[in-house]
Amino acid sequence: MTAASQRADLDARLAALSRSQASLDPKDLVEVIESIMTTMEGDVTSVNVRFLAEIEALARYIHETKSEIASLRPDEITDTHLPTATDELEAVVGATEKATESIFEAVEKIEELTEGMDEELSAKVVEAVTQVYEACSFQDITGQRITKVVNALKHIETKVEALLEAFGSELKQDRGQTPDTAAGPVDQRPDGELMNGPQLPEDAKSQDDIDALLASLD
Amino acid sequence: MSIVDKNMPILIVDDYKTMLRIIRNLLKQLGFNNVDEATDGSAALQKMRDRSYGLVISDWNMEPMSGLQLLQEVRADAQLQTVPFIMVTAESKSENVVAAKQAGVTNYIVKPFNAATLKTKLTTAIGEF
Repeated sequence: MTAASQRADLDARLAALSRSQASLDPKDLVEVIESIMTTMEGDVTSVNVRFLAEIEALARYIHETKSEIASLRPDEITDTHLPTATDELEAVVGATEKATESIFEAVEKIEELTEGMDEELSAKVVEAVTQVYEACSFQDITGQRITKVVNALKHIETKVEALLEAFGSELKQDRGQTPDTAAGPVDQRPDGELMNGPQLPEDAKSQDDIDALLASLD
Repeated sequence: MSIVDKNMPILIVDDYKTMLRIIRNLLKQLGFNNVDEATDGSAALQKMRDRSYGLVISDWNMEPMSGLQLLQEVRADAQLQTVPFIMVTAESKSENVVAAKQAGVTNYIVKPFNAATLKTKLTTAIGEF
């Protein structure tokens, strides 16, 4: 639409308005509109308008991204998921170490018994015992591998904490609007909530605790 | 006839009790019963300054002082620099072996290892037994 046709269109609308609103002086209205148009042309160019629109779109995008990140509950990653994973892995190392010690106790006794055996039998038993010793090195190797994973998790934890720090309070506000997923994926089985896997040593009940609990329920 | 004195003190260094026990038991099978243990490089260095050892068998990855640091300290110490030093480690990259060699390691065993490998490396380090 050209400026001339815009003007004609405006005149027609003003005339129609004048007919319906007799008390309104079209000249006054034209003055107001022209004043507004002059102000806009002077202060806000079309480039500025596009620029502002881009900024507005960018702000919207940032806000949506923040909401999406908040819905992922990064605070849970540092507060729950990573510490839990680390504890579980350290429990694996502790359990394998304990099991390996038990194996050693048993095998060392067997090796002591070879002193009373005839030479041929003793040699065979010692050979088997040696193989057990060699196999027990798995504990050292797996322990080192798990330690590497634990260190990687701690590194991730640091990065996520930096992310939380960068987003600051805004993320905390959004956090309240998103569901708590700290427990991880929901087990859909009827007794899913009762299946949590082995307890960490410090949380686990002993057989004596279980017996006492059962007895208390009689 | 045995050339090596099997009563010579041997120091084994590892931060995993399991590995210390494995090496101790394998050494016992080979006739070496005079074995001391340390769980990191600095503790091992202190023991070496307190007692004369005929051989050191050390892990690499330990804190606060690693096996490589221990080796470097040993080779820089006039009283300790001739002690045979075997590195037993899961670090199997070429650069690790090169670094250990440059630091003066006597031999290098990669975990997991077997008794036969340990015996072979011991023989290379301290002689026939």
